Amino acid sequence: MATAELPTTHRAGLPPEPEMHPLILNKHGLVSIGDAIGGVVLNTKHPRGWWIGFLAGMAMLQILAISVAWLFYMGVGVWGINVPVAWGFAIVNFVWWIGIGHAGTLISAVLLLLHQKWRTSINRFSEAMTIFAVMCAGLFPLLHMGRPWFFYWLYPFPNVAGVWPQFRSPLTWDVFAVTTYFTVSLVFWYIGLIPDLAALRDQAQKRWQRILYGLLSLGWRGSAIHWRRYEKVYLILGGISTPLVLSVHTVVSFDFAVSIVPLWHATIFPPFFVAGAIYSGFAMVVAIMIPVRKWYKLEDFFSDHHMDIMGKVMLATGFLVTYGYFSELWMAWYGHSLYEWGTTMERMFGPYGWSYWCLIGFNCAFPLTFLWSKKIRTSPFWMELICISVLIGMWFERYVIVITLTREYVPAQWGKYAPTIWDYGTMIGSLGLFLTLFFLFIRYLPMISITEMRELLPRKQGGGGGHSIMENAP
Amino acid sequence: MTPTTPTVTPGTGHDAAHGHHGPPPEPTVFGLLAEFETADGMTNAAIKVQAAGYTRYDCFSPYPVADAADAMNFPKSEMGTVMFVGGLTGACTGFFMQYYLNAYGYSLNVGGRPYLSWPSFIPITFEMMVLTAALTGLFGLMALCGLPRYHHPLFNVPAFDRASRDRFFLCIELIDPKYDAVATRAFLNDLHPVSVEEVPE
Repeated sequence: MATAELPTTHRAGLPPEPEMHPLILNKHGLVSIGDAIGGVVLNTKHPRGWWIGFLAGMAMLQILAISVAWLFYMGVGVWGINVPVAWGFAIVNFVWWIGIGHAGTLISAVLLLLHQKWRTSINRFSEAMTIFAVMCAGLFPLLHMGRPWFFYWLYPFPNVAGVWPQFRSPLTWDVFAVTTYFTVSLVFWYIGLIPDLAALRDQAQKRWQRILYGLLSLGWRGSAIHWRRYEKVYLILGGISTPLVLSVHTVVSFDFAVSIVPLWHATIFPPFFVAGAIYSGFAMVVAIMIPVRKWYKLEDFFSDHHMDIMGKVMLATGFLVTYGYFSELWMAWYGHSLYEWGTTMERMFGPYGWSYWCLIGFNCAFPLTFLWSKKIRTSPFWMELICISVLIGMWFERYVIVITLTREYVPAQWGKYAPTIWDYGTMIGSLGLFLTLFFLFIRYLPMISITEMRELLPRKQGGGGGHSIMENAP
Repeated sequence: MTPTTPTVTPGTGHDAAHGHHGPPPEPTVFGLLAEFETADGMTNAAIKVQAAGYTRYDCFSPYPVADAADAMNFPKSEMGTVMFVGGLTGACTGFFMQYYLNAYGYSLNVGGRPYLSWPSFIPITFEMMVLTAALTGLFGLMALCGLPRYHHPLFNVPAFDRASRDRFFLCIELIDPKYDAVATRAFLNDLHPVSVEEVPE
């Protein structure tokens, strides 16, 4: 550990070391950070919690396999979809998963640009979550196609029929937005991983680990010139991911908002969707981090202080979302549109009214009452409960939006929607896919950025004193 | 801190795994590697190495040390330009692809809107810009840094493993015009390193 006396004065021009809440608890050094985080990956013995999570995920993944096999054999008729609700669970789950994914980009890109140093503990973890959540999201439109092996018809490609996509449609925008989002998230994540993989390569004792991490790290040596280029790329990726993440959920909301369905055709949709995405995504990060940090004893890096901050972000985005619900009501009433108001009444007190009140209860009433208290924001038990409530609430939000189709303009259009067991199977299965990938990730890749934690370490403990990309990159 | 004697002597750096075909090559040296305990030690050394007129040297650290890159007179990376050009290419391609395909490739008249209804082409233009900028960022970074490269001579030095953990290194390469096996070593020893080692090629 580097504990030698450092020169007290630094080169002129450097900003002073920022004063902040200690983001890394206890007396860590460069080596102990590597051991604590890298050890999770390199040590092949895993806590019981890992096995519980992984096996639960695997079990649910089998449900997905069965549901998808049956779907391919029978066709999309096995789902409860029909006119007027032609997408049903497929789009509910698509939007839910995409929204969860957005927190990862928000944490890694937006908070980076805003100098929020506490993001360092959770950015790797949430970026992985983004990638897996987008995979789960992508699954639903693909399966809904009925013939998913023709998915490439969505893209412009030269074909004998001479047909090209209709680029003025938000559905085509969605294809490009989600594909770009997935690719860019993967690039962002991988670039962040390269120095950590090099650290694992050098730290590993087992031959297969040295080979695996050696190959993945591309032979990274930590050269000062390479670091400078690396930081610049990382900063620009943060800069372009910020509008990207906003654009993706905006485009997703356009899928609804450009239609003329009452309560869908609203300008509030893009910001309302983005706020909801952040809300549910933060909930997912905290919900998973609470058990994982306990199993792997990573409380030094993801402390109660982090939970407190994330609770505050959830409080703010929760109120933005609630404002969205209020705004929908207000506009329906103030707009004096018979159909807007009629559909609102049906949404609140119609046959699916229960789902609206579930949404209000899970998403607004419960979390937004309790998140005000610091005691609750720093209590793992309460935060877990609140986060799960938000995840359920945000799912109901999308359900309520989609179910609006059952009560459109004229009663002749009205219909009903009931999911079948295969809808539920696919939904639970996608959760299984997510959990399986996630637990494999924490087993084989460092779930916290080793490099960035070392930068965050105070200078007298050998670290970079909190100077990172935002200070270094020019 | 007293400098230690080199643990690797020239010419012994090759192990059988790197097997060369034909006669064994001339024993060569890649450069001299100085190890420092702190980032500041490395940075101060880099300032002096730069002042002494060396041009072919590099610093290595487990996390980015901006001062070292500044000291090496590499104040600004090229990556901004690379990604800008990449992004601009993607944006132009995206826009004209949409215009061409919806106007000429498969003319779509939707509600009498003009073929060049550019506002509806903006989302995909933006997405294509971000996509290509990110990909040029990744591949540009790899190309400029010469990665992947799995067999760099520095990896021949066992102590270099700590460059990704807790030690900071500075390596002056043999190809530097000012390099001199004796004088450069003496110069590096004056910079208070933990050790100075010869890096076998």
